[in-house]
Amino acid sequence: MIENFVFSLLLILAVLLFTKNVRRIAQNILMGKKAGINDQKPRRWKTMARVAIGQSKMGSRPISAVLHIFVYVGFIVINIEMLEILIDGVFGTHRILAFLGAIYPVLISMFEILALLVILACVFFLTRRNLVKVPRFWNREMTTWPRSDANIILVTEILLMSSILVMNAADGLLQERGHTYYAAMGTFLVSDMMQPWFAGMSEGALINLERATWWFHIVGVFIFLNYIPYSKHFHIFLSFPNVWYSKLGPLGKMDNMPAITNEVKMMLDPSGAQDMPAEGEEDIGQFGAKEATDLTWKHLMDAYTCTECGRCTSSCPANITGKKLSPRKVVMDVRDRMEEIGKLVGKKGKDATDGNSLFDRITDEELWACTTCNACTHECPVNIDPLVVILELRRYLVMEKASAPGEINTTFSNIENNGAPWQFSHEDRMEWAEK
Amino acid sequence: MAEKEKMQVPVMADLVAEGKKPDYLFWVGCAGAFDDRYKKVTRAFASILNHMGIDYAVLGTEETCTGDPARRAGNEMLFQMQALQLIELFEGYEIKKIITICPHCYNVFKNEYPELGGNYEVISYVDFLDQALANGSLKPDLEKYKGIRITFHDPCYLARANDIVDAPRNILNLLGGEIVEMERNRYYALCCGAGGGQMFKEAEKGDKEVFIERTEEALKTDPRVIASACPFCMVMLTDGIKYKNREEDVKNYDIAELIALALGSNQ
Repeated sequence: MIENFVFSLLLILAVLLFTKNVRRIAQNILMGKKAGINDQKPRRWKTMARVAIGQSKMGSRPISAVLHIFVYVGFIVINIEMLEILIDGVFGTHRILAFLGAIYPVLISMFEILALLVILACVFFLTRRNLVKVPRFWNREMTTWPRSDANIILVTEILLMSSILVMNAADGLLQERGHTYYAAMGTFLVSDMMQPWFAGMSEGALINLERATWWFHIVGVFIFLNYIPYSKHFHIFLSFPNVWYSKLGPLGKMDNMPAITNEVKMMLDPSGAQDMPAEGEEDIGQFGAKEATDLTWKHLMDAYTCTECGRCTSSCPANITGKKLSPRKVVMDVRDRMEEIGKLVGKKGKDATDGNSLFDRITDEELWACTTCNACTHECPVNIDPLVVILELRRYLVMEKASAPGEINTTFSNIENNGAPWQFSHEDRMEWAEK
Repeated sequence: MAEKEKMQVPVMADLVAEGKKPDYLFWVGCAGAFDDRYKKVTRAFASILNHMGIDYAVLGTEETCTGDPARRAGNEMLFQMQALQLIELFEGYEIKKIITICPHCYNVFKNEYPELGGNYEVISYVDFLDQALANGSLKPDLEKYKGIRITFHDPCYLARANDIVDAPRNILNLLGGEIVEMERNRYYALCCGAGGGQMFKEAEKGDKEVFIERTEEALKTDPRVIASACPFCMVMLTDGIKYKNREEDVKNYDIAELIALALGSNQ
């Protein structure tokens, strides 16, 4: 009885804490500007089904794609067993789903196979990160915390899966020995093979082992659940909405700035501009982004969705050739800055500032190294758009700070004066046909 | 090189003055007009248009920058100045269809001008040529590139930006060359290093220039020809080939030039 009470208390605590954490992140994301993404719903559902649920963009790197599928499917399917554990925990039942009869051992066996695959995948992942040292896990932005975060997640998953298997092995042994509480339910495929490891244990010890692993698993899940909002692992929740809200059109299309259109129309034709819709009469505010909150909420959701896999950075031409720019770092910087702003606002109220901005994290050198080639946006398995952040920051640099590299300024004045990025005259535009 | 003659190229203002309304605007682009290497591509494509008897015209001295490099370098104001002026000019000439030989111009016309009120049928010369070859309106010499190893460098603004990856390969296949793919190709192609305003400035500090990385990758396929379809890529790859001292045995051609050469109608 006391067990059920303790369990229920822990469950309520875990859920409340998690809700609080999710609300914190949601509040941070909603500090972004409006984005008004609500169009083409059927296409958005299809994209989400293909890219997020179907993992279609993972396949370009087959090894991590296959390993990731194990963990992903494992996570989703094993959640059915979570349901059983929760019911058992609250009501003091034992394996409530056993009423399914002959299906039950099949179900558990399936979970066990997946658990084994998850363990295997995580061991591979740990090896790739820490022993093989796949380069994209060791870029400049992969400092101690991001690397530890990844390892914590992988080790936790191994522990959680192992505890299920050990628990089932102990349970299976108790079933074989005819313990009344552990009614026979048939063979569990994987843990059955593990039984010899524990066969020498007494009935009491087995019961303790079964209980201990059960508690270890569920308390582990509660802790992990509340670790995730502080971790890159939050992608398991945000990937789906993030893909749903992602850019559908051609990657080459840049966002327009309607505020500028009216300004320009006014310059070109002062009389005609009066017919323009009233939106131009609003305060047009600042051009581009200086601060994370100058980006739209979708770009902030991008940042919280990033799981730091580094596919973007490892395909970025600037990064490949040793420049400082790393699209992953840009996305991580936005997220880390939002965490900072979130804390600040939480402490000192809505309009609090600390005098810092994204530019304290992202240097001009990084921004000017981008070729806008869209390799990063194309690579991202969850349709994050690092390029838009780079471009919004460039817009701020150029239009608010007038601080572009000298050659870029020359290019601007050439376009303005000669109608070409180079200093050539209009008159020579037909030279190619001459001779 | 043979002495080149002046080409007959119809200019929009002249035709309109005569009361004519050509089907297509051939948008040459700044590189097509001013970059010595790409001028040859412009000639090649114009010669193909002439060869096909297409009803087209260029803007000539009225052409100006689309504003694309300004936009990508953060100068939205300058971009929209250029764009809105051009849209007005196009309106005056009642332009409906635009063929571009620059993927950057193609992208900005196709994807970004509509939001500013400029709606046209925008056609990449690569798609145009692909169709012309497929429907038989162009009949190149199919023996010309027999056994010649050609690798194709995908321009970012055709492939990733606008999903044009098959058309250039269809063309090369039809021309009969032996196509060898680079390790990073199609949607995964590595940028030449010139996009996003990089064309007009020195690269940031790093271990290597992007164009060298890409040229090395192209050379790994042991090609005789590195084909491309973008003026900036052309500049970068030409520099790369020079840098690797391979000018003698590896040539860089634009898709349009390869076709024009096979038509025997070039330059």
